[in-house]
Amino acid sequence: MALYSDKVMDHFMNPRNVGELELPDGIGEVGNPVCGDMMTFMITVKDNRIEDVKFKTFGCGAAIAVSSMVSEMAKGKTLEEAMKITNAMVAEELGGLPKNKLHCSNLGADALHKAIEDYRERRDSGEPVKKKVREEKKVSLEKCPYCEQAVESTTPICTTCKIQFAVCPECGKLAATSLDTCPHCGARLTAEKR
Amino acid sequence: MNTNQPIYMDHIAASPVRTEVLEVMLPLLREGFGNPQSVHQRGQEAAEVLGGAREQVAALVGAAPSDVIFTATGSESNNLAIKGIARARRKKSNRVIVSAIEHHSILNPAKALTQEGFELVVLPVDGHGLVSVDVLKDALADGAAVVSIIHASTEIGTIEPIAELAAICREHHIPMHTDAWGSAGTIPVDMKELGVQAVTVAGQNFRGPPGASALVIGRGTPAKPIIAGGIQEKGIRAGQENIPAIAGMGKAAELAGREMEDLSARLMIIRDALISRLPAEIDDVIITGHPTMRLPNHASFCVKYIEGEGLLLFLDQSDIMAASGSACTSKSLKASHVLDAIGLDAATAQGSIVFTLGRENKIEDVDRISSVIKPVVSRLREMSPLYKRKEDGSLQ
Repeated sequence: MALYSDKVMDHFMNPRNVGELELPDGIGEVGNPVCGDMMTFMITVKDNRIEDVKFKTFGCGAAIAVSSMVSEMAKGKTLEEAMKITNAMVAEELGGLPKNKLHCSNLGADALHKAIEDYRERRDSGEPVKKKVREEKKVSLEKCPYCEQAVESTTPICTTCKIQFAVCPECGKLAATSLDTCPHCGARLTAEKR
Repeated sequence: MNTNQPIYMDHIAASPVRTEVLEVMLPLLREGFGNPQSVHQRGQEAAEVLGGAREQVAALVGAAPSDVIFTATGSESNNLAIKGIARARRKKSNRVIVSAIEHHSILNPAKALTQEGFELVVLPVDGHGLVSVDVLKDALADGAAVVSIIHASTEIGTIEPIAELAAICREHHIPMHTDAWGSAGTIPVDMKELGVQAVTVAGQNFRGPPGASALVIGRGTPAKPIIAGGIQEKGIRAGQENIPAIAGMGKAAELAGREMEDLSARLMIIRDALISRLPAEIDDVIITGHPTMRLPNHASFCVKYIEGEGLLLFLDQSDIMAASGSACTSKSLKASHVLDAIGLDAATAQGSIVFTLGRENKIEDVDRISSVIKPVVSRLREMSPLYKRKEDGSLQ
């Protein structure tokens, strides 16, 4: 038995609507590399219908197939109809997804809905159409990188593996003192810096 | 779809059983049904087969035949080592020391031991995945019931300085176990030279059948059984022996020991071609693990800005089979703890790809992998919002 249905493989191998729009009316971005997947949807809207849609996805086969399917399902729909696209519908259209990949279909529908909300906000506020300035989300280390035990940021020592941490002077994240370089940003950690 | 022979480079996940091994096993599956504990002929024939396999496996790791405890899997051997030795030495110390890059079959039982009142110490590794001798020295100051450090990482290929680490353990009179799941049968694993008291050996890794592995444990090191029952395997591992699989493992160990040197010299050429070509031919590909102190059959990378599962699926369409430690590839959706331990950020770890070679692989395979992987990586990067940001310069 294959990992994915034929339909998933088709959308993964030949994804529809990959790319970006020159002048999008709405942009929706969900996920981050830490949780595994990241999707960006761009839409143009004409007469309350989604005229064009493009996406970019960093993620597994299912994530790419979901993005492709969502883009196909959304094209030409009214905004109200598009808002009603659910993850269950996307998964069903794809001929099913493995259980542990169902969250990918949530992301696809979420990214589309965010793009629509973004369009509505801009329209209501009269903000000119332009590409959003991306805000990089800082992901703080909450777990010991060696044993996944939660690390309290105030006490930089992992209670399970007794690893002493130091705050990396470059990126501000936690790094084990035994390391020569910060595991997050590659900065050199010297005794003085610590 | 593809007229070329498939390229299978996922040998650490599973390998085909050798014909010579099958020839030993098949008659045993047909007629060799005896129970080695039985007094009669059938039983004694089985006992003889078991004894022969014990000698073959012992020879592979430089141990006495009586030190070999047969188990079903590498995971079982690891569980037996960590739980068995820790529980047997509990009066001496309640500390268990392992490295951050152990297999789950060491890490999870070690974590479970904390429920029994043991204290777990997880040693960090450097960017190449090496455990530092000084870090172990510090950790041993407070004693330990058992230390377990993997011999060679199956995820990043790095070979640990086991002999040096074991020397420190010996100074403190603390038994050391090494998980040689990925290395025994591929590179020399001599318990005397390494100076370790226990070694996990998995037959499948050197073309033995599934269902037979061993924990080789020196006479002076006590271990409590994790499967209690009869007196099989000195009472350390109860349960009727899987004679055909064990005999197959023995034969495979004999062949592996004999052919190891030639085979690893040949595979190293293929490995080094992969390691030198892929990062040179594709932008932003990093080698994971140690550049030279690594398994001769192991080449591992992270391809930045893309995710490993997509890469594997595309390669599979071209009949190239490899592995990845990315979160999306694992059923648990967690990135490999090994990639995390060597300090890779989550996005980079997502691009993990691991090639593990076997005797069927050829140097020409590298040409085909190179020609297939390049357009696949470009294609996935075209789709990736992270790559776009890198191009824009807006990626941090």
